[in-house]
Amino acid sequence: MSTNLTEVPSIVPPSLDPMLPRPYRVQQLRQETSDTFTLELEPESGKSDFSFTPGQFNMLYAFGVGEVPISISGDPGKPATLVHTTREVGMVTRAMRELKPSDWLGVRGPFGAGWPVTDARGADVVIVAGGIGLAPLRPALYQLLAARKYYGKLVLLYGTRTPADILFRRELHQWHARFDLEVHVTVDRAMGNWRGNVGVVTTLIARAPFDPHSTVAMVCGPEVMMRFTAQELERRGVAVDNIYLSMERNMKCAVGFCGHCQFGPSFICKDGPVFRYDRIQPLLAVREI
Amino acid sequence: METLERILIEHPFFEGMKREHLELLVGCASNIRFDAGQFILREGEEANHFYLIRHGQVALETFAPERGPITIGTLGEGDVLGWSWIVAPNRWTLDARAIQLTRAIAMDGKCLREKSESDHDLGYALLKRFTQVMVNRLFATRLQLLNVYESH
Amino acid sequence: MQEQALHKSDLVALEAEHLQRLFDLLIKRGYRVMGPSVRDGAIVYDELSSSADLPAGWTDVQDGGSYRLKKREDQALFGYAVGPHSWKKFLHRPAVRLWQAERSSGQVKVQEEKFETPKLAFIGVRACELNAIRIQDKVFLGGSYADPLYQAARQNSFIVAVNCGQAGGTCFCVSMNAGPKANSGFDLALTEVLEDTKHYFLVEAGTELGGQFLAELPHRAAAEAEKAAGDAVVAKAAAQMGRRMDTADIKDLLYRNYEHPRWDQVASRCLTCANCTMVCPTCFCTSVEDVTDLKGEHAERWRTWDSCFTMDFSYIHGGSVRTTPRARYRQWMTHKLATWIDQFGSSGCVGCGRCITWCPVGIDITEEVHAIRHSEAAATKKGDSHGNT
Repeated sequence: MSTNLTEVPSIVPPSLDPMLPRPYRVQQLRQETSDTFTLELEPESGKSDFSFTPGQFNMLYAFGVGEVPISISGDPGKPATLVHTTREVGMVTRAMRELKPSDWLGVRGPFGAGWPVTDARGADVVIVAGGIGLAPLRPALYQLLAARKYYGKLVLLYGTRTPADILFRRELHQWHARFDLEVHVTVDRAMGNWRGNVGVVTTLIARAPFDPHSTVAMVCGPEVMMRFTAQELERRGVAVDNIYLSMERNMKCAVGFCGHCQFGPSFICKDGPVFRYDRIQPLLAVREI
Repeated sequence: METLERILIEHPFFEGMKREHLELLVGCASNIRFDAGQFILREGEEANHFYLIRHGQVALETFAPERGPITIGTLGEGDVLGWSWIVAPNRWTLDARAIQLTRAIAMDGKCLREKSESDHDLGYALLKRFTQVMVNRLFATRLQLLNVYESH
Repeated sequence: MQEQALHKSDLVALEAEHLQRLFDLLIKRGYRVMGPSVRDGAIVYDELSSSADLPAGWTDVQDGGSYRLKKREDQALFGYAVGPHSWKKFLHRPAVRLWQAERSSGQVKVQEEKFETPKLAFIGVRACELNAIRIQDKVFLGGSYADPLYQAARQNSFIVAVNCGQAGGTCFCVSMNAGPKANSGFDLALTEVLEDTKHYFLVEAGTELGGQFLAELPHRAAAEAEKAAGDAVVAKAAAQMGRRMDTADIKDLLYRNYEHPRWDQVASRCLTCANCTMVCPTCFCTSVEDVTDLKGEHAERWRTWDSCFTMDFSYIHGGSVRTTPRARYRQWMTHKLATWIDQFGSSGCVGCGRCITWCPVGIDITEEVHAIRHSEAAATKKGDSHGNT
C-alpha cells in the first residue's frame, strides 16, 4: 500500500503498545512512615525481564481507579522484585495503600532518563535528598555502592520534616555505619529526644566532605528544596553542569504524547525526570511554567 | 598562643582581615570546651562572647512551658555561634547547649565591641562577617518555615 | 517545507463535472469519503456520499471571533477557507478506548483493543492542513514511541489536497511558510479554476497510488494557459492573507519574554474556554481516563482530547502548576510558536487562522506576537522593582 506519509516508520507491534499495563502481583506492602509506604512487586508470569536505571519511573495502575507515575526505589541489581515507595496523596495512592499480598497491579514502564551514575565515575558523589526524594535516589545509591571503587568520596545528605518521617531508617543506619559512605541526616523540626541535626538540608552542604571541583551532585525532593539546594551547591563551588535534579509534573501517558508533563521545551517523561541543572536553571526561576 | 594564632589567621571566617586586627583577635581568643549537655549561653544573659566551633554539635534551643525544650537549629564544626554580642541590646535571644563534647575558640566579644567603638575599620570588618552569618541563618530559617515536606 | 519529488506527474485537467468520478472510484476501492459540507451554519468535515455534498457556491467570512457563511456569485466547490474542524478528528481521534480489562476472583485480564481504522479519503485538504498533518506525524511517529492508532489511520488515508484560491480573513499561512500551495504529502492535488463558462481542476499526483487513481479518471493534458490560470489562482490567495506574523527569531523572542506584561493583558481577555486548542490542527494534548463499572469488575482506559487551558491539566499533588489564565495562555502560545521548534524541529503553527476566528473574544496570536516584539524594549526599560527580602 502506498502512503503519503513523509516518513515511513516501522509498524509497532500491538504487544509492545506502551499504553498497555503489564500484570504484576503484590509481594509485600510495608508502611514506612505515617503517609509513606513501599510496594514490592513481582511479575504475574513469575519470570522477570524487567530492568531499569536509577531515576526511572513506572506508571502504576490500580484496577478501576487510575494510574500514577511512581519512581522505582529498589535495587537495579536485583530486578526480580520491583520496588516502589510512595506517599499517599490522592485517590490512586490511597487505593494502592489498601493492596494485600497477591493483589493485582498494572505496570507500564520503565520510563524516563535517570541519574548519571556511570558518568560520575572518577568523581566524588553528593546525594541530597529531601523527604520522599530519598526514594528515587536509593537505586542510585545501591548502584554507587555496588561499584564503590570507581568513585571518590560518597556523601548522602538527607533532610525531612520530623524524625518520625525518616525513610528507610534501618538502611540509613547501615549506611551510616559504613566507612566508605558519609551520611548526614537533618530534620526541619525536632521532636522528643532527637539528638541529631535540626535545620534545612541545605545547611548540611557547607560542612559535607567532598571536593566541589570534582563532584557530581544528585538532588531530589520538593522543587523549592531542590532549587535552593542547587544554589547552595553552586555557592560551594560545584559546577552547574555537575548538578542533577529530578523534576515532576502531571503525567498521563509517560511516552511524550499527552503533553501534560511539559516543562518549557522538555517533556519530563522522556527528557527527564532527571535533568542537568544548567539546562533548566532559567526555567526554575519562572513562576507557573 | 602560637597554635591559636595560626588557627585564627587561617580560619576562613577571618580571611582578608588586616594584620593588626588579626593580632588583636588572637589576643581576645581562648580555647574552650563544653561537655555534652552543658549550656554554652543562656537566653537573656549578657552576650559578651562568640564561638568558632571546632568540633562537636551545638543545639540552639528555646523553651515553652507546655512543650519543653525545642531545638530550633543545630550548629557544628566550622559554624560561628553567637551574634548578639555585636547587636544591641547585647543579650542572648536563645539558649545554646552542647549536644556532644564540643571544642571551640571563645572570642572576647565585649573587648572587641569596645575596641570597635574607636577602631571603625575593625568594627566594619567584623560587622561585614557577622551580617553574612545572620543572613545565612535567616535564609535557612525561612526555608524551614516553608514546611516543604508537608502534604498540601 | 521541503519539495518532495515523489512521483510527480504532469499537470492534467479534469472537468468539474467529472469530479464525481473520483468519488465513485474511491468508494469502489473501499474508501469512506470525508470532506467539507455545510452544517449548522459552518463548513465542517463530514462523510460525503457524493460530490453534490460539497459546499458549491459557498464562501466564508472570517475575522477575530467571527465566522459567517455567505453565498458566492459562482458555483466554486472549494471557494472558502477552513472551518472549525481539522483532519485531526479522523487521524488523532477525540475519544479512543485504549484497552479493556476484566477482573474476577482476583484474576485480571487486560484486553488489547482491535482498533478500527477504515480506509478514509480526505477531500479538500489545504496546504496548511497538509503541513499540520506532517507536524502531527512528527509528534506521533517521529519519536522513540509511535502511536499505533495514528499510524494505522495515516496509512489508511488517501489525501486529495486542494490549492486555495481564496484566503480566509484570518489566514497567514504565507508567514508560516505553510501555504497556500500544496507541495507534498498528498496523493492528489487539485487547483480549481473558474473562468466564464469554464470550470475545471488542474490535477497532479503526489504518490504512485494517486497516479493510479488519476489514470482512471477522465483527464486531458493541461494547456499552458490552463497551467497559468492555476498559478494565478494560488498567487491570488497568497496575496490575500488576512493576517501576517513576523517569525524572525520568534523562538528566542518568546523565550526571553516569559515575564512580559503583555501576558497579563491577554489574560484579562482570555476566557480559557479552550476553543483554540480544539480547532487548532496541530494541538495534540490528550488526557487518559480510567473508568470502571459499578461492580468494579470491568475497567476501561480511554484517551480523550484535552487542553492546556484547563485547571486540571497541570495538577500535581497539592495543586496545579499553572493556576492563572496568564500562565495557561503563555503556555499555549509559547508551546505553539517556540518550544515546539525545540521539541519537533519546526513551528507548531501553520497559519490557518482558526484560533483567531473561533476565539469568542477574538484574541489574535499574530497580534500578540507583534505586541511582545514591539514593546520588548519598553518592557525591559521599565524593568521590575527588585524588593529587598
